[in-house]
Amino acid sequence: MSPRPPNRHRLAHWIPVLVVIGLTLLPWITDKFYVQFVAKMMIMGIFAMSLDLLLGHAGLVSFGHAAFYGIGAYALALMTPAYQAANFWLSLAAAIGLSGLAALIIGFFVVRTHGIYFIMVTLAFAQMLFFVFHDTRIAGGTDGIFIDIRPDASLSGWVPFDLENFVHVYFVALACFALVYVLLRVLLRSPFGHVISGIRVNEPRMRSLGYRTFGYKLVCFSIGGAIAGIAGYLSALQFGVVNPEFLGWHLSAAVMMMVILGGMGTVAGPILGASVWMVLELGLQDLPTVAGVDLGKHWQLWMGSFIVLASLWLPNGLLGLLSTWRAAFGARTSQTGGQVLRPDGSTVPADYPGASTGASIASVTPLASVEARQAGNE
Amino acid sequence: MDFPTFLIQLLNSVQYALLLFLIASGLTLVFGIMGIINVAHGSFYMIGAYLAWSLTALTGHFWTALLIGTVLSVLLGFALEWLVIRYLYGRDLLYQVLLTYGLILVFEEVRSLLWGDDVRGVDIPGALASSLRLTDNLSYPVYRLAISVLCLALAAAMYWLIQKTRVGMMIRAGSANRQMVQSLGINVALLYRCVFALGVALAALAGMIAAPVSSVFPGMGNHVLIVCFVVVVIGGMGSIKGALIASLLIGLVDTFGKVLHLEIAGIHLLPELSSMSIYLLMAVILLWRPEGLFGAPGR
Repeated sequence: MSPRPPNRHRLAHWIPVLVVIGLTLLPWITDKFYVQFVAKMMIMGIFAMSLDLLLGHAGLVSFGHAAFYGIGAYALALMTPAYQAANFWLSLAAAIGLSGLAALIIGFFVVRTHGIYFIMVTLAFAQMLFFVFHDTRIAGGTDGIFIDIRPDASLSGWVPFDLENFVHVYFVALACFALVYVLLRVLLRSPFGHVISGIRVNEPRMRSLGYRTFGYKLVCFSIGGAIAGIAGYLSALQFGVVNPEFLGWHLSAAVMMMVILGGMGTVAGPILGASVWMVLELGLQDLPTVAGVDLGKHWQLWMGSFIVLASLWLPNGLLGLLSTWRAAFGARTSQTGGQVLRPDGSTVPADYPGASTGASIASVTPLASVEARQAGNE
Repeated sequence: MDFPTFLIQLLNSVQYALLLFLIASGLTLVFGIMGIINVAHGSFYMIGAYLAWSLTALTGHFWTALLIGTVLSVLLGFALEWLVIRYLYGRDLLYQVLLTYGLILVFEEVRSLLWGDDVRGVDIPGALASSLRLTDNLSYPVYRLAISVLCLALAAAMYWLIQKTRVGMMIRAGSANRQMVQSLGINVALLYRCVFALGVALAALAGMIAAPVSSVFPGMGNHVLIVCFVVVVIGGMGSIKGALIASLLIGLVDTFGKVLHLEIAGIHLLPELSSMSIYLLMAVILLWRPEGLFGAPGR
């Protein structure tokens, strides 16, 4: 790993811990609305992290990621019998398994395509699933399906938490959120993680090194789908309702925007992006009526304009913006001999592979890999 | 299925296919020549349909509305290329998708502000409101035939423009090597603007002529867009010929998929699932040729 300045190293390690502590204390600080809002934020954070695994790390621009989120949600809805509770552990496992399986099957077809085709084909398959739930009566059609009774989490008589209680739902979401974060960190540092970043930067080179890139991309796509399934499951659990919009392309585009907004190719970026997006959505919907026009009702107009402007001016997201500032600041303070300033503000020895171009295969730091992605595209 | 029913279904599928071709060709043209993926392409179809509705109400005459609408959509295309699309040349596909998706939201809300959220209908123009009698109790509307003829004429005109004229030569050269064409003294930026406006006009025109047979409703562009994606994936991105053949294929599979399902509806086979047939076709073609029937490999 790259030798970073020790103070930054320590700080970066403490931020997630501080965030988790803050999130744990939250239910004692605010009221029900904000607790549920933050739970939803974390669920969207999980969803955005799962997409970033494909988008930022493997270079798979999936425009149909909501399909797996929706399958996770429908798994709970369909496993809940009328007027009874489903088993929490069983239904969660089923949601993860089914969305992962769906991603495996769809991935088998889509992963062999590249670039523009990949975008269109993922969207088309997601829309196919959307129409399955929208047009048929297997799960309530357009109206969707209600989950009247929340799942029962008892383990052979012992009940660890009660999902009818919104604070308990909040903590379940927090636990999943933290677990997914750690899981992705570990995954990305593993040899598997390095291979998928290598595929993003230069797939033919990885293939010539002997990696079966199809298999790696397929597994990566399935893991992304399974994690999105967790997010969908939690969302269905929280609000007790599932409808075809859960699989719709508006959600696919929204989650893509969250990832870009925060910063692709980082684990923390999508979380930041999801939070900012949710706050923005809430704020825009609350806009007042000015001169007879209800600004809040037409919030999508402002959201659309925001998306247009952000994709023009914020290509590396908010974290990218931060690192640009830090690099500008660091360039003045840390001009040491034999060190090369990387785009994220850290320094590496000048003889480190990829130090000059920022395009090493096993990308060293996540933020540098965003730059490497651009270098690879040029 | 007896012959007249078969004929009607065949004519329907060809009419649907040609309309799809009109929209998909704009999508594939803009990608093939400018390298831009425009997710908002379906919105132009919707805008076209709403223009047909409001201009017919305003002028009282469908063909006048068609003419004014086409001019307006060309202007919209020019303005849009100048305002946002030109900043996308050479950018990563991801940002192109996102930016044009943002445009969809903007167009939907502007449509809601201008024309409201109600479902509208446009009357079939008087001269074409009759039907052709096929048998004693089966007939076929003349207007649907007229749509097919108009689409075929437009397709031929487009072929002529791109393959046989000097402007078409510049467009093809510009897509092959932009710098070289520019250094020969040709204004490539203006050329691209015209191509984009042409794409917008084709989609809007499709919306306008489809308005009398399908109703005009919010979000009508989105479904069409996805089907166009399937057309372009099957036909091969950037290939007009591929778009034509893929549209005909999709038209046939979609129309006959629905009809055949109705016939065996006795065995509970969920007729709604017939809407999956085109996606299954796409999956099969992807396994066989991942770059589409007429696509250049490595795009």
